[in-house]
Amino acid sequence: MMDQIKHFFIALKQIVKGSRGYYIWIGILGFFMLLGWSTYVIQLKRGLIVTAMRDQVSWGFYLSNFTFLVGVAAAAVLLVIPAYIYNFKPIKEIVLFSEMLAIAAIFMCIMFIMVDLGRPDRVWHLFPFFGTMNFPSSLLAWDVLVLNGYLVLNIAVVFYVMYRIAHNMEYSMAVVKPLVILSIPWAISIHTVTAFLYNGLPARSFWNASILAPRFLASAFCSGPALMIIIFQVLRKISDLEIEDSAISKIAELIAYAMGFNLFLFGAEMFKEFYSGTAQLAPFQYLYFGLHGYHGLVPWLWTALIFNLIAFFLFLSPRARNNVVTLNMACVLVIIGVYIEKGMGLVVPGFIPGTLGEIYEYFPTHSEIFVSLGVWATGALLYTLMLKVAIPIYTGRLRFARGAATVGESAAIRGSVTSAEL
Amino acid sequence: MKEPKISPPREHKVARRSFLKGAALGSVALALPSRDADASIWDAFFQKHFREMNDKELKKVLKRLEQEYAEKYGVDIDISANKPLSGVLFGYGLDLSRCIGCRRCVYACVGENNQSRDPQIQWITVLRFKKGDKWVNDLENADKYYNPDKVPEEGYFYMPTQCQQCENPPCVSACPTQATWKEDDGIIVVDYNWCIGCRYCMAACPYGARHFNWTGPGIPKDEINTKTHYLGNRPRYHGIVEKCTFCIQRTRNTPGRYPACVEICPVGARKFGNMLDPKSEIRYCIENKRIFRLKEDLNTYPKFFYFFAT
Repeated sequence: MMDQIKHFFIALKQIVKGSRGYYIWIGILGFFMLLGWSTYVIQLKRGLIVTAMRDQVSWGFYLSNFTFLVGVAAAAVLLVIPAYIYNFKPIKEIVLFSEMLAIAAIFMCIMFIMVDLGRPDRVWHLFPFFGTMNFPSSLLAWDVLVLNGYLVLNIAVVFYVMYRIAHNMEYSMAVVKPLVILSIPWAISIHTVTAFLYNGLPARSFWNASILAPRFLASAFCSGPALMIIIFQVLRKISDLEIEDSAISKIAELIAYAMGFNLFLFGAEMFKEFYSGTAQLAPFQYLYFGLHGYHGLVPWLWTALIFNLIAFFLFLSPRARNNVVTLNMACVLVIIGVYIEKGMGLVVPGFIPGTLGEIYEYFPTHSEIFVSLGVWATGALLYTLMLKVAIPIYTGRLRFARGAATVGESAAIRGSVTSAEL
Repeated sequence: MKEPKISPPREHKVARRSFLKGAALGSVALALPSRDADASIWDAFFQKHFREMNDKELKKVLKRLEQEYAEKYGVDIDISANKPLSGVLFGYGLDLSRCIGCRRCVYACVGENNQSRDPQIQWITVLRFKKGDKWVNDLENADKYYNPDKVPEEGYFYMPTQCQQCENPPCVSACPTQATWKEDDGIIVVDYNWCIGCRYCMAACPYGARHFNWTGPGIPKDEINTKTHYLGNRPRYHGIVEKCTFCIQRTRNTPGRYPACVEICPVGARKFGNMLDPKSEIRYCIENKRIFRLKEDLNTYPKFFYFFAT
């Protein structure tokens, strides 16, 4: 036991060892965290009046970020499927890092919910057993359960595999496989439940469309993996982690299919709304053409649509997705496109026009943007620190003798992973 | 009138919860103000859900709240917690042919129910429509900010809205903490000390009836109504949701009083009473007028009935 604790601290010590670039990165994140959290203290004191949210548009930028990040977290599953089910080796080697991204993303989701609460001090009222959770009636209660369950599941897999590798032991597929298989429907469930959260409100016709959950999943499977492609390229540049081009190319191909499906669903929804032209068209009208002289979101939504279309064709072409420049361009376009579409473009029009017909144009205040930057920086720091500990273990630079002798070579570990066949 | 089924009140297992809460106390204690802090902060933090308190606990809480209000507002506020009267199901009628859009109801409600004056919170919204415009299901042409010298205006008509006290309330099923519920007399209430301020109920409400305290309520000391109910008009806090309760502090008394909006209406457009009493005015309206309810397609079954008497 004492050894274990010692090992834990040795592993933890990794986070203070780093190059100048590492410290600059931490410094930047620290700056935004400080900015965000000091703004949050003011928000706590003065109330949510420092945001642009009002009774008419009662959810805004925080919930938008939350929705986008649930998609990022769910998308980890896209890599898990080929990695573990079909045993596609190049992705299997990096799947742990996408699961860590899911962990960081869920943490950010929870933080975004917390900063959105009027009374964060009473959050325990929401917990099962301690409080009076309204389960199964409230979809928000469901979301609390599935998000935390997904968090625990991913932490368990990552921690178990890392622990075994760190001690030079093969991890048992009998342990990992059931957890991974379970995480596939679970990942789909976190995004489905989040979609249902909006979907289940007949008062808001914009959300009350049965296509909402499929659209959520399709767009998540674009933005999440695109984010990972960028992160993986950075990682292999700044660390000794080896990530094969074929892995990245495969992920890019998957994004092309997901984006194709996403655009198809989008078209289906647009056809229904604009061709029927009922009163429920109003929010779509507001989003894409403006309503009664209010155009706040129009340029944003067109940007999103154009970015998504360009990215789709870039991902579709094998030549473009195998070229570093066009690949990264497509990734950035998809991330921005989906961030707008599944963020502000989803949350805000649910409230416009309001249930009494009022139009209140919402755009986040500085406070909301600063607090959100703080949450993103906190999540990025969490992911950075996880990687800082995990990469040396993974590549074999950091090992604790047990099982086999200590190895300092990355090839050895790859041997041990692949020997644990399904 | 087709009566939707009334769901039985949820049971709460008190013993198990209080045990777990004790366990929670230890773990949460680390993250909170030091033990030297005023004991009432702890009592406030661990205050139970309204429906889980027994009479003794409730009495203690009411006393503490009265003290807190006295410190904060410098006036003695009386908080009752009267239970629903048996054999009573409240209903509300609004005669659209009489309403002149004067908004006296809005301000009577603000005064009676201690709504925040700065920033303004109003539980009643009077909508103005141009005659001939669409209005029943699609409120896109409603004008909430009309401001003429005199009402009623030529060529316009008015429709006041407020909480419709649905028999099938979407806000109640949305609330993740059961901080809002339907009482046995049909009133939807909020425990202001249990609401976490997630505002999911506001997204769920089809009638714009729920209002959030975006900051601490601003009420002039000399305008505070000191006759209050725990679930009704006692002053609220920042970061929580509030709504119309049919003036629970008036209507649940024996003898009861009409809600402030009914009392103030200069043209008698507002009717209120016990729907289970065959001789009540509201029953007469339902049985003899052509009533309709807002957004009937949503199956929320409001207990708020619009009709045209003339």
